[in-house]
Amino acid sequence: MFMFNSLVENNLKIISKLKKSLARPDLGAITGTILVFLFFILVARDTGMFSLEGTMNWGIVSSQFIIIAVGACLLMIAGEFDLSVGSMIGFAGIVIAVTSVVWGWPIWLSIIIAFILSMLLGALIGFIVIKTNLPSFIVSLAFLYILRGLTIFGSIHSTQKTIIGGINEVSKGDWLAPLFGGKIFTGLFTWFAEQGWIDVFEFGTRAGQPIVDGIPMMIVWAVVLVIFAHFLLNYTRFGNWIFASGGDAKAARYVGVPVDKIKILMFVFTAFCATVFATCQVIEFGSASADRGVLKEFEAIISVVIGGALLTGGYGSVIGATFGAIIFGVVQQGLFFIGVESSLFRVFLGIILLLSVIFNAHIRKIIIGKG
Amino acid sequence: METPIMQLTDIGKHFCSIKALSNVSIKIIQGECHCLLGDNGAGKSTFIKIMSGVHQPTSGQIYFSGEMTTIESPRSAIDSGIATVYQDLAMIPLMSVMRNFWLGRELVKNIGPFKIMDTKKCNAILMQEMEKMGISLHDPSQSVGTLSGGEKQSVAIARAVYFGAKVLILDEPTSALGVYQTEKVLKTIAKVREKGIAVVFISHNVNHALEVGDKFTVLCRGKTLGTAVRGKIDYAQLQYMMSGEKLN
Repeated sequence: MFMFNSLVENNLKIISKLKKSLARPDLGAITGTILVFLFFILVARDTGMFSLEGTMNWGIVSSQFIIIAVGACLLMIAGEFDLSVGSMIGFAGIVIAVTSVVWGWPIWLSIIIAFILSMLLGALIGFIVIKTNLPSFIVSLAFLYILRGLTIFGSIHSTQKTIIGGINEVSKGDWLAPLFGGKIFTGLFTWFAEQGWIDVFEFGTRAGQPIVDGIPMMIVWAVVLVIFAHFLLNYTRFGNWIFASGGDAKAARYVGVPVDKIKILMFVFTAFCATVFATCQVIEFGSASADRGVLKEFEAIISVVIGGALLTGGYGSVIGATFGAIIFGVVQQGLFFIGVESSLFRVFLGIILLLSVIFNAHIRKIIIGKG
Repeated sequence: METPIMQLTDIGKHFCSIKALSNVSIKIIQGECHCLLGDNGAGKSTFIKIMSGVHQPTSGQIYFSGEMTTIESPRSAIDSGIATVYQDLAMIPLMSVMRNFWLGRELVKNIGPFKIMDTKKCNAILMQEMEKMGISLHDPSQSVGTLSGGEKQSVAIARAVYFGAKVLILDEPTSALGVYQTEKVLKTIAKVREKGIAVVFISHNVNHALEVGDKFTVLCRGKTLGTAVRGKIDYAQLQYMMSGEKLN
């Protein structure tokens, strides 16, 4: 009988350990990423998806998702949503294009102004949410329309067009633009090419130069933002306050956590991430378009949810959201590589979103001891 | 007679034209457990919200350590050593015990230009404090949601004590608990009292109050019916007073 008891106790310990490792927010996304990679390695290995060039391709797309997911992740953990992210991307892009191309400002000034304006708008959304006590879902939905409308109006009013080109010309020789549109390690990649380790162009004006000639700043920004947000969330007291603000704002206020300030700052950070995305895209494409960023807010939120964050706030992981975004990028580009109709990507998204939410609800029960 | 750590005299509180409290007086002495009893709606909540700085009294005086004072906000109450543990707002269930315990007062250390939470030290002090309070905790990183109701209250009490509470206000700490859990919390309260901290125990359960209380103040329809001392009052009398009859 005694032996039986200790056996049971041991088993219980193992189960509780297992439960604890299961109760990681990022577990689902990491498993999902491994499965997605396995799938495409099996199905798409002959298509060049995993060549250096192919990797760069889905790497950049994933990075785009990561940049906006990081902002959405911290905001969701703090207990709020921002549905204006997509409109903010269009807005920031047009601000840069109109001020630099149409008004002739130096592009570094345009970029800084775009950042200041969007972050102020982020603060305004946060302020309204706090002051009115309305769900941020509704307040930011209002801004989704307000910003998109203003962007299209501003673009048409100043140029009679919704697409403004000519960014390449005005960003030449600028000191700030390369921070968003440039590439790093170009010397290293040229050296790789000289050693014959990577493919080079065989014909044309760029013959002899590497096809992949550096790491784009989009990827660099994604890595930097992930490291920053993960560190902030898990290793600083501010991070602890983010969790607390989303977990139970009232309880957090009672112990002196400045909940309002934290929520507003997270709206500002989300706007910052959206502007990083917009600026990288504008500099890279050489143009801004008033309809850019449509549906990006939902893609950001889906990445975060796949990453294990709870829609109700107070729980989540930057690493999880990052893997959520990678799943996004790899599947979207992978379907392209294997020649599957791209509309099926949305079907996949819907299904994986549903599965993630069901899975997360279960994990939540385990954490709060009701599983 | 000992000087009270906190004294509230003739406290009145109106919400618009509704009188929530009138002429309530109470003396809180260090190392004593003062039970505030009353039926639902008797004004207990309003009274402790005045004590913890959430509400301002319409009339009356508050003395802290013998000096007249006003308690402007929950923050200033905490700063002067008045800690309140609310029944349902004690802890954030999705966060770990450690993160909850240190919330708002996290220990930090410098790593280069960065200030990061000193997790090791936070965990060590937490385990030490839990042990002192007789709470067995397996793992500081377990979420508060996995604790029982009694454990949650006890951890919240331990937190208030560790951060230097002189007056500890407990809002219905046992009302949602079972017999065994209640026993645990009452034991924790007894330990707190031994440390010389004044405990204000709000309850509508006379049995729980009689188990740990030194003084008993009954609130009824916003008025106090006087304060009784342990041993000079029994269950029947307290129950009778709570239901709205005069002390004789």
